[in-house]
Amino acid sequence: MTDNRRLWSGPYIIWSAGFILLPLLMVIYYGMTNGDGSFTWDNLAAFADPIHYRAFINSVVIAFGSTLFCLLLAYPLALILGRRKGKNTDILIMIFIIPMWINFLLRILALQMILSNTGILNALLEFLGLAPVHLMYSRTAIMIGMVYDYLPFMILPIYNAIRKIDQDVIEAAGDLGADGLTILTRIILPLSVPGVISGIIMVFIPSISEFVVADILGGSKILLYGNVIDQEFNLSSNWNLGSGLSIVLMLFIFASMAIMNKTGSGEEDMVSW
Amino acid sequence: MVNIKKLSGRLYIVLILLILYAPLAILIICSFNNSKARNIWGGFTLHWYADLVHNQEVLEALRTSLLLTVSAALIAVVLGTLACVGMSVMGKKLRAVLINITNIPMLNADIVTGVAIMLLFAHFLTLGFGSMLIAHVTLGVPYVIINVMPRLRDASKGVYEAALDLGASQTYAFFKVVLPEIFPGIIAGFLFAFTVSMDDFVVTYFTKGPGINTISTMLYQQLRRGINPQMYALSTLFLISILLILGMVYRFSEINTSKREDN
Repeated sequence: MTDNRRLWSGPYIIWSAGFILLPLLMVIYYGMTNGDGSFTWDNLAAFADPIHYRAFINSVVIAFGSTLFCLLLAYPLALILGRRKGKNTDILIMIFIIPMWINFLLRILALQMILSNTGILNALLEFLGLAPVHLMYSRTAIMIGMVYDYLPFMILPIYNAIRKIDQDVIEAAGDLGADGLTILTRIILPLSVPGVISGIIMVFIPSISEFVVADILGGSKILLYGNVIDQEFNLSSNWNLGSGLSIVLMLFIFASMAIMNKTGSGEEDMVSW
Repeated sequence: MVNIKKLSGRLYIVLILLILYAPLAILIICSFNNSKARNIWGGFTLHWYADLVHNQEVLEALRTSLLLTVSAALIAVVLGTLACVGMSVMGKKLRAVLINITNIPMLNADIVTGVAIMLLFAHFLTLGFGSMLIAHVTLGVPYVIINVMPRLRDASKGVYEAALDLGASQTYAFFKVVLPEIFPGIIAGFLFAFTVSMDDFVVTYFTKGPGINTISTMLYQQLRRGINPQMYALSTLFLISILLILGMVYRFSEINTSKREDN
């Protein structure tokens, strides 16, 4: 009897060819042609335009900063939660993930209320007799927005990685005379690297192409690379240039992912929720 | 010494929880505030809620979001589960290719995924509910596959083969033997696809047709226009429904684990 189950993936194969690969080919087609459809490198070369590469550098700096802050905040938390014994740790980790289920724009709205010049933070500072701060429309505001948004994405994979560490290994190290710090630096840290890598990927990739946070918390003062692409498609209707810039972004993302996967132990399941 | 360590650990947990929940708490408080200003308490009111349930724009967006998300998640579950079954009997090379393609929407920047699907539809067809639905299914399938695949790998091959030996057709054996075993994975995949679709803004923003809004794109327009306290009320309602759903899921999984432990 032939195994007809092989055919069951047929619909998805067609789907992925039509709606994953073909759309990317469209981006490449638009990115490598001009308005009347003849071949050109101009849209890719436009990356070297100061407006574009400065926006790109802005994005990289902010994404890097957000990722770093997420890591600094999340690692101790994941460590505390991951090493906790007891039944209700699962519920506790749930509580840290719930904010992820609130619509992303509502979370940004909440931050806007806190950070704006007439917002809660300044009301609080005034109440305490301190000088108000002008955070809105700054890089700091954008970074706060991204850290707030993506923090759970960093907590979860690191927590999972620490949770997976064999308790016996830690106990053995203790029996052999390692103190708490040695156990942390020689056992827990190295063994949690895959979790850290997936956390970094899951925060850095969305941050690098982010444009909504910048739109709302950064005003139009700070242009990120995502804003540039958005504007090319929705304001200037220059699809060719927008596609060219998208190709550069895509290449950057896949290149950085390849580098990070090399650094990590080459885990197959990177997205290990 | 140990106590200090424990205490500082607890404090840290509380600190992060405060960071995560303080903004949401403020949203909830403001939804009952009888003043448009954020830093002035104008007394308790429910009128933002009353306005909200009569806001046609919000209701329309909610209807579109629910229809889009539920249908996208259902289609994604069917496509993804079928794909997993096919992949489990496929040659190694072909399977690796398919898995790599599946990873693309998960790993690529949302803005590129959105732009790409938009170009396809704007070039050959038109943008509208159809393009949004296809985009959302495409976003959801990878999450179905990563949830169903491990279940299928762990499912016992023996029972399935026994069913075939006893004369069951492959389809019949699948529905009677394999499906119940991978069902928790399918449910998890559905929930993931649902969440990804519900929370998505960027891909929807690029693939939506003119005049159609989901909750996300509607909120984006509202946020750019300025403050509307009805949105605080909307957030509060969302938060409550999420807590209810999570509570239900938790109870469901608890019942499931206790059943498994009984076996």
